[in-house]
Amino acid sequence: MPPRRQLVLACGALAREVMAVLEANGLGHVAVRCLPASLHNDPKAIPGAVRAAVRESRAAFDDILVGYADCGTGGQLDALLQEEGLERLPGAHCYAFYAGVDAFAARAEADMRAFFLTDFLARQFETLVIEGLGLDRHPELRDAYFGHYETIVYLAQTDDAALTAKAQDAARRLGLAFERRFVGLGDLAPAIRSFAAPAATAPLLGAR
Amino acid sequence: MADDGDIVLSELPDGDLVKQMHDDLYDGLKDEIEEGVRILLKRGWTPYRTLTEALVEGMRIVGEDFRDGILFVPEVLLSANAMKAGMAILRPLLVETGAPRIGKMVIGTVKGDIHDIGKNLVSMMLEGAGFEVIDLGINNGVEKYLAAIEEHKPDIIGMSALLTTTMPYMKVVIDTLKEKGIRDDLVVLVGGAPLNEEFARSVGADAYCRDAAVAVETAKEFMMRKHNQRAAVRA
Repeated sequence: MPPRRQLVLACGALAREVMAVLEANGLGHVAVRCLPASLHNDPKAIPGAVRAAVRESRAAFDDILVGYADCGTGGQLDALLQEEGLERLPGAHCYAFYAGVDAFAARAEADMRAFFLTDFLARQFETLVIEGLGLDRHPELRDAYFGHYETIVYLAQTDDAALTAKAQDAARRLGLAFERRFVGLGDLAPAIRSFAAPAATAPLLGAR
Repeated sequence: MADDGDIVLSELPDGDLVKQMHDDLYDGLKDEIEEGVRILLKRGWTPYRTLTEALVEGMRIVGEDFRDGILFVPEVLLSANAMKAGMAILRPLLVETGAPRIGKMVIGTVKGDIHDIGKNLVSMMLEGAGFEVIDLGINNGVEKYLAAIEEHKPDIIGMSALLTTTMPYMKVVIDTLKEKGIRDDLVVLVGGAPLNEEFARSVGADAYCRDAAVAVETAKEFMMRKHNQRAAVRA
């Protein structure tokens, strides 16, 4: 029996981390396809982009895991996945599944004024946050976007001094306090391991 | 006289000045909007006419281009800041001159959510359209909405949320209004990036407003219905 052809169709912001999970778990047979991380700033466009990519990938793969959380789609991504018979990563966004969905929810009230960064967002802060929100051209808009935030909470996936320095610098630029929490890959790793089940027990397309 | 290419607002006739103010609002030029407002007032325009023809109409164009994907959030924020500066001049004058009021709205971002860009824009546009707006700010629990309803007796309640995790709180507020027996006395409008019409229906709101311009039109429409119902009862 040939091995099942499996794909993680993920947000570009998760590319390194998905690859790291696959490598660490000996899941080299699982393919990864990423959609542009810039969709992070345009959640309404995520369901359409995922739908198109799923339909392109159907013929080549037996199983597809959608590597997104709800990601600000307000349930629209879930509606699409229900139609397509697919599943996604747990939680409301990557901050939640990196921190652990339950742990993140437990701190929701205390973290209400936290602006979260991940390794990816620390790395791409200039492009996705500063340029994405137009703060490079209009720094005077800082308060309109961040006036109610108090802290940048860097949910670190790795121990990387250079990335921590970048995240600290991001906090300084936005005039916010800084806190680093090492959370690793959180619920991402179990979700992918569960999807990439051994061929003998692999279920039908999308169902887990 | 101006240098070559410069436009001197005070030298423009009224019609051209108003069109120039629409352009300046579009470009988010706060100082020019303040200057334009002062010129129109000095020429004898009423505060209400200045507000509606120069500022509100200008922001309507901004809103349309935002909806059509021509303008993006940073540009809209700059336009809003410019309008806000014009409104700051006009607001006390509008109170003095008794501008028409078409309704009263209490608006706020729901509990657990600190995002207010969209809510602030809606608030400002509604005020420009002739609504009295009581803005509760961010992170509002149901008790704050109830207290504001008790105190201000609004026609409309507006709730905003940016997060998938906070938008369900709108149902908590609406269910509480039902429990208190006051739901049907109020129009409930909801908005925010992750929301949609289906969600609005599922929580029991009267309408979902996808942007500030739609919020204004929807609020006006509900006030018109209310007015017509009252007229029918009197007839």
